[in-house]
Amino acid sequence: MRKWRCLICDFEYDEAKGLPEEGIAPGTRWEDIPETWTCPDCGAAKTDFQMVEVTGA
Amino acid sequence: MTTATLAPAWTDSKRYLWMLGFTVMLLPLTGVQLAQATGWSIFYWFAPLFIYTVIPLLDWMIGTDASNPPESAVPALESDQYYRYIVYAAVGIEYAVWIWAFALIAHGGLNWFEQLGLAVSAGGIAGVSINTAHELGHKTDPFERWLAKIALAPVAYGHFFVEHNRGHHVRVATPEDPASARFGESFWEFLPRTVIGSVKSAWDIETKRLARSGKGPWHWQNDNLQAWAMTVVLYGALIAWLGWIVVPFLVVQAIYGFSLLESVNYLEHYGLRRQKLPDGRYERCQPHHSWNSNHVVTNLFLYQLQRHSDHHAYPTRSYQSLRHFEDCPQLPSGYASMILLAYVPPLWFRLMDPKVVAHHKGDMSKANIKPSIRDEVIARYRAQAA
Repeated sequence: MRKWRCLICDFEYDEAKGLPEEGIAPGTRWEDIPETWTCPDCGAAKTDFQMVEVTGA
Repeated sequence: MTTATLAPAWTDSKRYLWMLGFTVMLLPLTGVQLAQATGWSIFYWFAPLFIYTVIPLLDWMIGTDASNPPESAVPALESDQYYRYIVYAAVGIEYAVWIWAFALIAHGGLNWFEQLGLAVSAGGIAGVSINTAHELGHKTDPFERWLAKIALAPVAYGHFFVEHNRGHHVRVATPEDPASARFGESFWEFLPRTVIGSVKSAWDIETKRLARSGKGPWHWQNDNLQAWAMTVVLYGALIAWLGWIVVPFLVVQAIYGFSLLESVNYLEHYGLRRQKLPDGRYERCQPHHSWNSNHVVTNLFLYQLQRHSDHHAYPTRSYQSLRHFEDCPQLPSGYASMILLAYVPPLWFRLMDPKVVAHHKGDMSKANIKPSIRDEVIARYRAQAA
């Protein structure tokens, strides 16, 4: 499961956790989130998110 | 036979007026020219004089414009490089005029009144440049983000780059945000809270970000350190070139400049608060969580910062595409006039407090209130709501 970070405000979307309070079930893949969705913390668009590189062992 | 008539393509009637954003950087230069032409030293103070008298007058005379570009025109507007180039130009002109002003302060044969006026004028454009940095810093392009830090160096407010996007935009209109003013809090109470709170917040934010990749805060990748270092280098070079004489003036202009920005922060969310949801998170920032203004002249000088609700809803939207929304809290005048009121708290409270109460329909439990008066305020206005 991947994580995506908002380039504007650092909010992190974790695919494993989803965003249940916004109707996005845990496990929802990034591609399946509507294109009209915006960052809950700062309003940035999906295009302003970047996949988080996995670091460490 | 019928002829189809094409609707005229929408064009931006303000396209060339947006250059006012960089002409404002010329105010100190204009002031010195006026002083030399008339022999009146007061013109060294031209930048604050212009900001506090000419702009409010023009706002009052020219009034508001609530027109929006059609959504269909927005992609073209956003990709039109002209709008970006004139913002870059503003940074270049800021530097040229600011450095030139300091050269004059040091070697211009001015008396202390003229030196101080010129320093405050330099601070005025350095402060307005925080707004340029605001426009640039909200973008994801690395060059524009770097230019934002450059724009912040003269006013010594580099941490704004960190705190604004990742602090203010995340906590806007909540009691936790140092840059959101509370009902009953005067501008003079707000100023130390926001200045100190913003530095602390910016430091915390970067500390946490660096910790995610195992780094400590005292790392060259700390955006605060990078931005503050630009100020140190700039000031150091100026002192090396012009001598220690510039030091007190550097301090004065920086304080005036960032205080100007904070007076704008004061206006933008005064008394407004997002509500907490059952899970403890705050609701998303809505249009009614910001104060707005459509006064054209100030909007042209400030890259439409006054269309604040749309900005918080769509922070990466460029200034030329920002929209007015009906039913958003509206300030009675443009920022330039409202700042003057903010400086005189009894006038501010008399004008704005009723608007905050009316906005909340008397239910002040929903407002962002100075903690020491919170219960009393809620009780006092509950009668109105009933």
